[in-house]
Amino acid sequence: MIRDPNFQYPFLIGTIFLFAYLTIRVILWYIKLSKYDKLRFIHFWKTKSVWAAIRDSVADGLLHLSIFKKNPLLGYMHMSLAFGWFLLIVMGHLEVIADRHSLNFPFYYAVFYRYYQPHPDFAGAKVFGAVMDFLLLIILSGVALAIIKRIRKQIFGMKRTTRLKTFDKIALSSLWLIFPLRLLAESLSAAYYHNGSFMSNTLGEWFIQNVRVSAIYDLSWWLYSCSLGFFFIALPFSRYMHIPTEIVFIFLRHAGIMPKKYWNSYAQIQMYSCSRCGICLDACQLYEAGVSNVQSVYFLQFIRNNENVDKSLFGCIICGRCQEACPVHINLNDLRTALRIKASKPLTFSYEYTQKALQQKAGIIYFAGCMTHLTPQIKFSMRRIFDFLGEDVWFMDEDKSICCGAPLMLAGQYDSASQLIQKNTELIMASGAKTLILSCPICYKAFREDYVLPGISIKFHAVYLNEMIRQGRLPKINLGFKTIYHDPCALGRGSKIYDQPRYVIDSYSQRIRLKKEKAEALCCGAGLGAINLPIEAKNKVTFEAMSYFARFKPNALITACPLCKKTFARDRRIPVLDIAELTARAIDEYVNEQKKTVRETRLIES
Amino acid sequence: MATFDFLEIRHLHIDYDNLDQELLNEVIREEPSFQWCISCGCCTATCSAGNHTTFNIRRISLILRRGEVEGLEEELKKCMLCGKCTLVCPRDIQLRNVVMNIKKIILKKKTA
Repeated sequence: MIRDPNFQYPFLIGTIFLFAYLTIRVILWYIKLSKYDKLRFIHFWKTKSVWAAIRDSVADGLLHLSIFKKNPLLGYMHMSLAFGWFLLIVMGHLEVIADRHSLNFPFYYAVFYRYYQPHPDFAGAKVFGAVMDFLLLIILSGVALAIIKRIRKQIFGMKRTTRLKTFDKIALSSLWLIFPLRLLAESLSAAYYHNGSFMSNTLGEWFIQNVRVSAIYDLSWWLYSCSLGFFFIALPFSRYMHIPTEIVFIFLRHAGIMPKKYWNSYAQIQMYSCSRCGICLDACQLYEAGVSNVQSVYFLQFIRNNENVDKSLFGCIICGRCQEACPVHINLNDLRTALRIKASKPLTFSYEYTQKALQQKAGIIYFAGCMTHLTPQIKFSMRRIFDFLGEDVWFMDEDKSICCGAPLMLAGQYDSASQLIQKNTELIMASGAKTLILSCPICYKAFREDYVLPGISIKFHAVYLNEMIRQGRLPKINLGFKTIYHDPCALGRGSKIYDQPRYVIDSYSQRIRLKKEKAEALCCGAGLGAINLPIEAKNKVTFEAMSYFARFKPNALITACPLCKKTFARDRRIPVLDIAELTARAIDEYVNEQKKTVRETRLIES
Repeated sequence: MATFDFLEIRHLHIDYDNLDQELLNEVIREEPSFQWCISCGCCTATCSAGNHTTFNIRRISLILRRGEVEGLEEELKKCMLCGKCTLVCPRDIQLRNVVMNIKKIILKKKTA
């Protein structure tokens, strides 16, 4: 019995619109990819990475496993909605196929199955009914959790949730309404025909006793269809665009497409993949310091809405904590840098004056960088270490230092940064060196990512020291103090070097293990990414980080970044040492002990 | 009143009645910490660019206050934006942002 066959139209319109919109979008994205990226993507389908991409789509897109790791309840909420709905659609279609023994039915038939089929009497109808009710119950629990999360986010392990825009509100309310309305419509159906299962039949019985079912029966199906239609139409303009985009993003990522310095369609796909879950808000140290508009979720939202992004774009330190926390694995740091380059007008810089720098032949080059010159103890220590090792090292920027270009790049001045990169490249290539050692992680990241230095191995000083200790060329000696190692952002999260510095420190001291370390390490607050961040906020970040370290009562805070050292040294609670200084002290200690033993043996002999 | 010879050299005068402080005010609006400058010169002492050439960030701050806008753009091209000045500043002035803003405002005026 079909009484009102028109209610499916809102759903139909919504679905067709969404399908058309997404098709055009995906085609446009593909066309705008660069030639090489297109080739990569075509080749990708012949490789095994496809399976990895499918696995990731299920794990991240449907099951939300990375959110589970953060908080099980939050993970369950996302999973029940995504995976539950997915199963509901799949099972709904299987149910219709089982009923009709054919694939020949309109696609909306499964969505409104309980309406079109009042008397399901095929084999297994009861099982299907129970499964469908169970899935709906799971989704409804997810919706309930989502509503609770808006009110009491603390129980989900979150301190904050995101602020919503109008379209998000429309989409969010229609999404939340879809499932209660489906339950209502199916229960009313069950009230008439008893074609539901444990949940809808029970509710149906209650309805038939308390409500005049015939008056609201058609209306309930209309409302259900409308909520679906509204959601599908609002989806491309709301944060729920992340649902289809994320799948595209996962496949492109597995195809080996890398983020670029300029804003391209891959960057745009990443931007649309942001689900605005708000997990980055909790990771951001600036939120604690009272800055609430620079967080990744907001800056991506501002760009999507073409709002003024200047403050939120240039006010971020680019420490990368949000990137590590992001459950979608968006390359937030690269997106921000690319967008800074896109948003900045080229301000002319000219470095003709640097040509006077000396060129020299050498096997190993040491490049200190601007920040190391600001903390001279580090360069003296490096020299002490090189002397002890007996290495012939050319200290490239001993008196005339040229910046590596990273600060300009972070400020969005790509062309000017390229000038400096070229200057340094010329100097390095002319020297004929095989190894380049750096003591600043910001320089290290720039040299590794932005420079082309064929035949030269670029080494961070902590990695070099680690090698020397392992080869036995540097002594292992316990200096007898308790230390904490602070991962610099550009070295840890930026270059994924976590273990080598720890090995060096463990060789000389007793290292305290922290909860917030490695990928979750705190930022010192002075990162060069922050262009127009108020100094009060920076100082607050420094203070909070130092307070965290001070709780462990170490004798020294060891870092591997001159900028971190300079910043932390302003707070006088813990003495701050660079990893090179620690090594130099150990060398001094070792040499003194050697002298002492020599003296003692002479005394005994005489 | 007697005429003094030094008053004849017009280009050395700072005429406080016709002081062009538009650029300065705009910079201060964007980066308020700039008004705390005591011209101590720490920024200049540490400057990477200043090590290579006569680039002098303290002087830029001074001539900006005097309203001498000409030549500022040419001089600021030498800055490498490394940020050492910001770190050593005893008054916590965000000099990187100051330099960026002076350049941006000059560019805006030129294109407008």
